[in-house]
Amino acid sequence: MGTFIAIVLAAVLTNNFITVRTYGICPFLGVSKNTSSAVGMGVAVTLVMAIATAVTYPLYEYVMVPLKIDFLEIIFFIFIIAALVQMIEKIIQKLSPTLYKAMGIYLPLITTNCAVLGVCELVIGDMSSIIGTATMNTGWAVLYAVFAGLGFTLVMIIMSGLREKIACYGNMPKAIKGFPIAMITASLICMAFTVFSYIQL
Amino acid sequence: MNKYAKISLDGLIFQNPTFMLVLGTCPTLGLISSASSAAGMGLTVVVILTLSNMLISAMRKIIPNEVRIPAYIVIIATLVTLARMVLEKFVPDLYDSLGGFLALIVVNCIILGRAEAFANKHTVIESALDGVSTGLGFTAALTIMGIICEFLGSGSIFGAKIMDFTIGAFATPAGSFLVYGICIAVFVYIMDSIERYRREKKNKPLTRESLVKEVA
Repeated sequence: MGTFIAIVLAAVLTNNFITVRTYGICPFLGVSKNTSSAVGMGVAVTLVMAIATAVTYPLYEYVMVPLKIDFLEIIFFIFIIAALVQMIEKIIQKLSPTLYKAMGIYLPLITTNCAVLGVCELVIGDMSSIIGTATMNTGWAVLYAVFAGLGFTLVMIIMSGLREKIACYGNMPKAIKGFPIAMITASLICMAFTVFSYIQL
Repeated sequence: MNKYAKISLDGLIFQNPTFMLVLGTCPTLGLISSASSAAGMGLTVVVILTLSNMLISAMRKIIPNEVRIPAYIVIIATLVTLARMVLEKFVPDLYDSLGGFLALIVVNCIILGRAEAFANKHTVIESALDGVSTGLGFTAALTIMGIICEFLGSGSIFGAKIMDFTIGAFATPAGSFLVYGICIAVFVYIMDSIERYRREKKNKPLTRESLVKEVA
């Protein structure tokens, strides 16, 4: 139970992917102009992160390490992620055409999202500084991936709400429009999330 | 000569990956709290980008069009794996400071973007030059922001202590976001001002071609 709470808190708040680790910034800045697309992107990323970790973690631990081919992890992981994204796209298209239509454009982009490769690389490394214990197994790894994805979605939603408000202010200097003001907003979100670093795990 | 000057200027200034295109943001924001790790990241990207551009350009007639993206990813992932081994063996300090961002060079949009937008249409020499100049544009941007962030956040530049006064927020992603945002705004403002000044003076707009002509 203690590990469960530690993983949830670490993944969502104290080690949030955007505000602390700065993974997955491209979709965070690119797809946060309105809340509905931010939610769609967040859910799609969470799904891919969970499935990718569920495949890559056992593959690394039980196949690649015993065979001593763990130095090939980057090549293996990126291919698994690319194949998974294609597969999930086809499955969603078949099962739920409405959901496919809602997140259709974001799914192919996820292959080159560093949050997905980032979480696969993170869980096979030393996790003791993040969750306080170094013992990992497939279950904990997938749990960490799911909640890291949810933390990503949370910050995406906060950011998109703020950007919808910012878009209403018309008289802004030309140089600061677009990316600069989005980055300054993100900086304020990061400062607010600093509060969670006081949580002791 | 004109063509090569244009490619270099595009990579360094007019299509600067960090300030103009806002690509490769994850390593930028993650590493600019220290100038030396930011510069190290930039130089690693220069090497990988140049080699991947050259390889992709050399193989552009062999790779079938339908599977070009997976083929590019194999090439880039192989180069990143090699770079990781080399850095781990010969520059362990840099390897430690780059951390997870070293593996994430595979999904860095600059490298795949240059492969798709430039290297598969141009010759090997042009692609190599594009890789070097785009990579150096990235390195310069990262180093400038790294110096600002490290000076404010840790009171030092490239690890050398300069002052005791520090603002802790600049050593965290919050400060990185702030510095990055302000740097883009300043860069865009300077480019706009130059263009306005030139237009007033010569009564014609500053285009990429006119500046290249002047430099070359």
